[in-house]
Formats: sequence, structure tokens, C-alpha cells
Amino acid sequence: MRPEKKDIDELSGIETTGHSWDGIKELNTPSPRWWLIIFIVSCVWAVGYWFYYPAWPTLTGNGERGGTEGTAGWTQYKQLEEQQAEIVARKAAYQSRFDAADFSTIQNDEELYAFAIAGGKSAFKDNCATCHGTGGAGGPGYPNLNDDDWIWGGTIEDIQQTLQYGIRGNHDETRFNEMPAYADILDAEDIEAVADYVVAKAAGNALPERGAVVFEENCAACHGEDAKGLRELGGPNLADAIWLYADDRNAIVSQIRKPKHGIMPAWEGRLSPSTIRQLTIYVHSLGGGEK
Amino acid sequence: MSDTAAPLKLFAKKERVFPKRVWGTFRKIKWVAMVTLLGIYYLAPFLRWDRGEFAPDQAILIDMPARRAYFFFIEIWPQEVYYLTGILIVAAVSLFLVTSLFGRVWCGYACPQTVWTDLFVWVERIVQGDRAKRMKLHKSKWTFEKIWKMALTHSIWLVIGMLTGGAWVFYFNDAPTLLEQIIHLDVPMSVISWVIALTLSTYIMAGFAREQVCEYMCPYARFQSAMFDKDTLIISYDEDRGEKRGKHKKGESWEGRGHCIDCTACVQVCPVGIDIRDGLQMDCIACGLCIDACDDIMDKIDLPRGLIKYDTTTQLEKRREGIHEKLQIFRTRTFYYFGILAVVGSVILYGLLNRAETELHVLHDRNPLFVQLSDGTVRNGYDIKILNKTHADRHFILSAAGIDGAKIRMQGAGKIEADDLTVFADSVGHFRLFLSAPKPAAKRHEIVFELRDTSGALVETYDSVFISEKP
Ligand code: SF4
Ligand code: SF4
Repeated sequence: MRPEKKDIDELSGIETTGHSWDGIKELNTPSPRWWLIIFIVSCVWAVGYWFYYPAWPTLTGNGERGGTEGTAGWTQYKQLEEQQAEIVARKAAYQSRFDAADFSTIQNDEELYAFAIAGGKSAFKDNCATCHGTGGAGGPGYPNLNDDDWIWGGTIEDIQQTLQYGIRGNHDETRFNEMPAYADILDAEDIEAVADYVVAKAAGNALPERGAVVFEENCAACHGEDAKGLRELGGPNLADAIWLYADDRNAIVSQIRKPKHGIMPAWEGRLSPSTIRQLTIYVHSLGGGEK
Repeated sequence: MSDTAAPLKLFAKKERVFPKRVWGTFRKIKWVAMVTLLGIYYLAPFLRWDRGEFAPDQAILIDMPARRAYFFFIEIWPQEVYYLTGILIVAAVSLFLVTSLFGRVWCGYACPQTVWTDLFVWVERIVQGDRAKRMKLHKSKWTFEKIWKMALTHSIWLVIGMLTGGAWVFYFNDAPTLLEQIIHLDVPMSVISWVIALTLSTYIMAGFAREQVCEYMCPYARFQSAMFDKDTLIISYDEDRGEKRGKHKKGESWEGRGHCIDCTACVQVCPVGIDIRDGLQMDCIACGLCIDACDDIMDKIDLPRGLIKYDTTTQLEKRREGIHEKLQIFRTRTFYYFGILAVVGSVILYGLLNRAETELHVLHDRNPLFVQLSDGTVRNGYDIKILNKTHADRHFILSAAGIDGAKIRMQGAGKIEADDLTVFADSVGHFRLFLSAPKPAAKRHEIVFELRDTSGALVETYDSVFISEKP
């Protein structure tokens, strides 16, 4: 409420707002002109904005995801699509060459190789790192992809096959094996004996006799006569320094008695063939890839 | 406030300054400085400097996309920005030194703000006439004359601004190529935005803000006082001689009065609009124009020049005692500045003269730290970067010392061998390296990577580690 009569402050000669606190009066100093102009321009601008861009939420929503449409036809979703299309277009320069080339061509072409590694690396982080770790170093039960020990083979074709169809996976072509639970087959002493044999074999020590017999009769079929594994059957190498689960004797005994088995899902159908090929080259490059 | 009727003003409106034309020594120096500096600014990008076929031949070039900066024989890679720090320190300390000796010569003659403002004032004067005419025009109504004169002035300002921004972009692009692009109106967006930004800033700073930049925006204007002392040359009005000031008629005696005839010539020519007779002020950019103006007046009334002149406080004090004091160049302060300048300068010079043409950087893999191999040995992975700063392709031999039985394998496209790594001219070679070895005694074993050229001479080394067990 403005006072009837203008109240002029004595000292400054400026009109007051009529408000007074403990005798202190507030001067009616208007906002600077430039500020006012900017304020008005902003308001006008905002109104234009409402029509030009999607701005107001509506109950039914005739815009892309509800709300007014805006005459410009711009939406964040469209912008995202455009940006994605731009990336795809940029990749296209390499993509067709990559798809047409075989593995050895790619591995000998600097550009295609870099393309594969870049794509493989990011696909690995998205899909594989959950089990194998971001660096592909795995963990107990999850194979380390950096080393030179491959249960199902480490050539580029082997790796592609594993990626495509999985191991004990849900694909018709998946490779499958299962180690029997020897707790039901062998008596405890035989299990102890064969565990001793495996430990000695890996360490390169003298081999216990009883264990050797048990191994020959029960294990050699899958793990090989020399315990160095049979890749066609997916029988792991027991004579090396790498263990999938653990390297102490207790863990070996429990693995013989009641083995655990991991599952590698089939990626065919989940990832594009091109991504699977990129992943193949990436995993092969981690250090253990075989010729 | 005794006068209650006058409203209290908390905001003083800026009075526009209309500097009057002046002739004289310092004006001449300023013209020469302006032409020289603007000449350098506009023409320098077109200077060529041969660096062989793999590097640009522009003498001064900041190549952002390629991340290189060139200055004649100096070439800076992103890894070497510390040179830039050094150069900035040298520039700052030189400024301190010069300021402590001669006052704000930078402000008065060389600062872009001063040079462009001076140029803009010159345009203003050519179109609208000298001080009195400009003031009249400024106050007058919007007549046809005022409109065309203002329009012309501002158009010329904008053109100068555009040329300023236009020259700027040449420092970041190959100048002849860009010039051709500009002629064909086929200019990249980044260039256009830079030109627009610099056109506007030149137009605003030199056309409107002018002395306010020095008064309110420039940090140097403020901290210069820390470099002043009693022996610093400042532009000063000789109060002892000038006062008591007053109008003077030809033939009157000078007895019992000062030499200042209160003609305000010094005030009228001042580009920052102050009266130097009030003493040294923060606003004074030491342009020397008031000296010229005053000397001119002194000549006319047959008195010796130098009522306003470059002077030091010490000289002034000694003069009162009747002693003529020389300028003190060697003082503790200048000694320190000289010292810092010498030290930093020699460090940079040493760095530039001994700049490594090759650099080796090794980054040990963090994930995984190490890889257990089936035969019991352990493998570590490394990212290798070799910088070849020469203008020719080179070949290197890389090896690891300090670990027994180590085997090196390179991983990459095609067949790469550690004893023949090719790094192209002016570029960085990236390599993946695997080092396998029997487990050393220590979990963390110190090793050294050695880079040799094809003759076998050691070029660079890099200390790294070989890790074989979880820490
Ligand atoms: S005060 Fe700052 S902007 Fe003004 S002339 Fe000096 S250095 Fe330049
Ligand atoms: S007082 Fe004199 S030296 Fe200082 S800015 Fe003004 S004209 Fe230039």
C-alpha cells in the first residue's frame, strides 16, 4: 500500500516506500534501467521459447514424450539420435572394411587393428568385465584372459568360437563338458592320492605311485596322459602354474570331490557379429593369444 | 552533507574523455611504437621459417589440432609447456624491472589497450575533428551531420576490430592457406567465432571502455605501485616551479608566481582525463602526452621546457637542496629483478638449447599388475611412448635392463620387433610391450628401459618396475 502523500526522505531527498523498521525508512530506489530492460527482454524471450521449443508438460501429450511440441521440432531425443548417427557414420569409414577383412588382414593393418581394439575394449568393459574383470585378469572360477593357459584353445578362431557359442551355454553349438563328482566314485584315500599326484605334477616333484594309477584310470581321458589337458574336450592343464579355482591342496581335493563349473554365455544374438569379432581381436591381444 | 536539498548520488556517471591533439617527442615515439607494434601484429603470421617437409613453415604458429607451438627456432610440444611458464615469468619480471626503472612505459606505449585506443581516437579525430568539435558533436542533437559522422566512425572502428580478429586467427592457422579460404569465403566456424569475438572486444574495449579498462579491469595497473619507489621515473609536474599557478599576460613579470599558466593543455590532451598537476595518480598510464603539451606551451611563452617531465622523487628532493641527481639504475630492487631475470632466463635458455629430441615414457600396466604364465614365469605389460621431435623418421632399439632372463615381445598391428621400432618424424610412437621373466626375488623389482638408436648409442632411459606378486 502506497501512502497517500509522497514521503520524501529528508537527508537524501528520495521518495521512500513508506515502510519503516525501528524508524529506519526504506528508500524507493528503482532498479537500474538496464536491469529492467534486460528483465523485460528475458520475459519476452521466454515466451518465444515456449512456442519454439517443447516447454510445457500436458496431460495427454502430443509431443514426442508428452508435453507441447514446439514449432522447431527439436527434442533431446532427436538430438541424441543425431549424435549417435554421427558416430555410426564416422565408424562407417572403417566398419565396411573391417567386416570385409579376415582376422589376419585386420591384425596386419594398423587402422583396422586400432579400430578393432578400440571397439573390443569398450565392448569388453560393457559385457565381459563383470566376470573377467576390467583388465581381463579374471578371478577364482573366472579364467584370466591375459595368460597363456587356454582351456578351450587360444587361437583367434578358438576365441571367436568361445565368444560366439559360449561354454556350457544356452546355444546349440555351445561346447560342453562336466567333470564327474568323484566323491561318489572314488574312496577318500584315492582322492587324496590323486590330489597329491596333481600337486606333485604341477610342482615338478616325484610322482606318488598310487595317485598315478588313479589318475591314469580316471582323469587321463579328459586331462591327458601327461595331465597337460585336452583342449578338444576342455580338460584343463593340471601340470602348469595356473589354476582356475585355487592352487592349494584342499581346494584341489574339493574340486575333485564335487567340482564347480563355470558358464560362459553365448554372445551370438546378443552382440553383433562385428562386435564379437572386435572382442575376439581384443582378447587375443591381451597377451596370451596363440597363432 | 549540509545541503539537504541536493539528492545524494552514490553513482558518478563516467565523463567521456575527449583527448586533444598534441605534437611533440612523446607523441612521435607513440606513433612509431603504434606503427611498429601493429605492423608486427598484422604481418608476423606471414613470416616463413623452414623446418623441413614434415613441419609447418610458419615462423609463429600455434597449431592446436596438432598440439604444437612454433616460434622461429623454438618448437614446443604439449609435454613442454613449462617453457611457456618460464617465458611468462621472464615477461613478468622484465615488466617489473622496466617499471621500477622507468614507470609504466608498458602502459604508455606498448599495451594493446593503449595502442588500439590511440588508433581509435585517431579515427575519431579524423572523422569528427579535434577535442572541441568532438565535444560539441557529442552534446548536439541527432542532426544529419552527427548521424553520418558517428556512423562513419563506428564503421571504421568495426573494420579495425575485424582486422584485429582477422589477424589473430592467422596465428593459429597456416596464414596463406587461411587467407585463400577467407578470399573464397570458405572459412571454418571456429575462425568465424574468433573473428567475431575479437571484433567485438576490440570495438568495445578501444571504442567505449578505453581508460576504464586501465582503471577498473587491468590488474597490472593496480600492482604497479608495488614496483615504484623514490627512484622510479614517473611523469610529474614540478610543483616547486609551477606554483603558484595563474593566468599570465604577455610581458607580465614572473616574479612571485609559478610557471604554470593554468592553460589546462596538459589536462586536455590526457587520454585518461586526469590533471597531472594533482600529483601521481593511479589512472595515469604514463603516456607522456602532457609533457608534449606543456613543453609546447613553455616554448610559446619563452620559458624552459620541463614543467611536466619524467622525474623521480629523489631527483625532486635533491633539486630542492640544489643538487642535480642522476637517475639511479642500480638499486637493491633492480638488482633483485636483474638477478631473477638472469636466473630464470638462463634456465630457459639452457632448457631450449639442451632440449631433448627424443623422449621415452613407460607406463606399467595397472590392471592386471602382472600375469602368471603356465611355465611359472611372470609377465608384465607396459605402454611405451617414444617422442620423436626431429623432422625425420627414426628407428630405435628398446630393451629392458636389470632383470635376468627377460624376454621382450611387442604387441600391435603387423610384426613389430623391439629392436626396430619406427617413429615417424615429429610424432609420438605408441607401443605395447610385454616383458616375461622368471620370478625375481623381490615382489617389486626395479628395472630400466633403455632406448638406443640404430648405431647402438644410448638415447634415453626410463625407470620402471617389474611386479611378480600381489603387493
Ligand atoms: S593499465 Fe593495463 S590496460 Fe591500461 S595501459 Fe596499463 S597495462 Fe594496458
Ligand atoms: S597525466 Fe599525462 S602521462 Fe598521465 S595519462 Fe595523462 S597525459 Fe598521459
